[in-house]
Amino acid sequence: MSFLSEDLRQKIIAELPKYPTKRAVTLPALHHVQDVLRCVPLEAIKEIAEILELHPAEVHDTMSFYGFFRDPEHKLGKNRLQVCRSLSCMLRGGEEVLAELCQKYHLQPGNTTPDGKFTLEFAECLGACEGAPCMLVNDECHMCLTTETASEVIEKLGS
Amino acid sequence: MPTFEPVLLRRVGKPNSASLETYRADGGYRALEKALKMTPAEVTETVKSAGLRGRGGAGFPTGLKWTFLPKDATTVYLAVNADESEPGTFNNRIIMEGDPHQIIEGIAIACHAIKCGTAYIYLRYEFGRSYRALKQAVEDCYKANLLGKNILGSGKDLDVYLHRGAGAYICGEETGLIESLEGKRAWPRIKPPFPAIEGLFRKPTIVNNIETLACVTHILDRGIEWFKSMGVPPDPANPRDAGSYGPKLYCVSGHVNKPGCYELPMGITARALINDYAGGVWKGRKAKAVVPGGMSMGFLTEKELDTPLDFNGPGKVGCLGLGTAAVMVVDDQTNMVEVLYNSCRFYSHESCGQCTPCREGTAWMTKILERILDGRGQLRDIDLLLEVANGIGIIPGTTICGLSDGAAWPVKNAINKYRSDFEDWIKSGRKSTLVSLKMGRH
Repeated sequence: MSFLSEDLRQKIIAELPKYPTKRAVTLPALHHVQDVLRCVPLEAIKEIAEILELHPAEVHDTMSFYGFFRDPEHKLGKNRLQVCRSLSCMLRGGEEVLAELCQKYHLQPGNTTPDGKFTLEFAECLGACEGAPCMLVNDECHMCLTTETASEVIEKLGS
Repeated sequence: MPTFEPVLLRRVGKPNSASLETYRADGGYRALEKALKMTPAEVTETVKSAGLRGRGGAGFPTGLKWTFLPKDATTVYLAVNADESEPGTFNNRIIMEGDPHQIIEGIAIACHAIKCGTAYIYLRYEFGRSYRALKQAVEDCYKANLLGKNILGSGKDLDVYLHRGAGAYICGEETGLIESLEGKRAWPRIKPPFPAIEGLFRKPTIVNNIETLACVTHILDRGIEWFKSMGVPPDPANPRDAGSYGPKLYCVSGHVNKPGCYELPMGITARALINDYAGGVWKGRKAKAVVPGGMSMGFLTEKELDTPLDFNGPGKVGCLGLGTAAVMVVDDQTNMVEVLYNSCRFYSHESCGQCTPCREGTAWMTKILERILDGRGQLRDIDLLLEVANGIGIIPGTTICGLSDGAAWPVKNAINKYRSDFEDWIKSGRKSTLVSLKMGRH
């Protein structure tokens, strides 16, 4: 009985023909796993390694480089919110938006609400500087935010 | 201000601009048809003669890069750099979302020129809309025989795959990108060998930026003369200068009234860009510092704003270069110590950790600035910052890639051009109210 669902395994296997080496599927595989499980558990690392004919340490080595992937102790909420704090957003109040959201939802950056609805993080430049301050909700960017409009976005999130 | 007809942005913002149908109705893919009737060498020669230089930051001549591939190479890859992460830069995102087919067409033309059958688009994860636009565009192209086997009956095969990154700035460095695409930590490689000799999967590889490839499409469509009718010719005093031709997507953000992406001929001055296009500095204020091309390029002072934003201009006033042409404006009510802290923290966060001078240097510069902002700075910290900045990077020769040159340049510029901001802050002993200082790390 494998840890990863058959659906996840098939998604990973479907990536293989795109690349001449199996190892190149490491990032796509980690993305598939984290999209569903909201973190990458050790069991998943082992099974990805098995599919890609790697040692689990090699998968973990790659995974740990990218702060994007979370271990089970830091599992993401259903939604991932990232408020940009790089220069253009800082100049237009991005840090204040993040601080006020933290206060409003009783969170520290990087943490998840107790009901698991969302994780709130800061981000480095999201490449949406014309709409500073901006916030990424999963992979959709919301621009020209105030604390009020950011809160509206949060209230509309599915839980 | 002279009128200029945008080309790269001409379709962005129009209804269904991302669809294959509207792209073809606007003359799309005729440049590819034209290119496929030419030999690969002719296409390369066209791009080379147009004087196209890479838009990703380094400004290396694109056609020349293509000629570095070994003549007898059997497998060649194209890695498209869509990991746009330089603070302030969003031009690639705008065209990927708004007009992805001009990029796919450029990829197909480039692949014909370099005899490549597989292209990977390395797209930063944060660009979800770009991902969906490109994914749809690639699928439509496969259905229309613009990608896949025997494209447009030319006998050439081409596969294009999208590969999403995972939030690491260093993946924009070409060999970091290659390592990441291979499924490893994005640790830049020691060069040589350059990717054109040994790159992705140990095969000869060309790495090109999104905007560069969009330019390739229009050079093939409109010709060399059209491209060279814009921009700045080579500086006769500098025999190594290749000129700065063509249109450029300038991103303007920060303290301006109309932040946005503006397409203009190369060589517009920072002042004209800010005042004539971006609506001037906000709240009727003056600019104190202007980043000419992405955070890593340093700062222009108000007096230096008449610097032309071409490949040579910013370098003449002490900046690192044109970079990505992402202009960030800082108004005169802002303190440069806080601006510099934001920059240093970014590079310290994004250092891959492979080279000690960069990993430690960027971290120490951030710590010193934190100390100053906390009111515990000493005047000698200013020279200590400069000492660290002068010691890290490929210019002093202590690191593998240019990340720490990018980290060091804003430090050198800020201290050399705004030294009084640092001295006054330290002497006053005041504490910054910047939120991020209290926010910590995760």
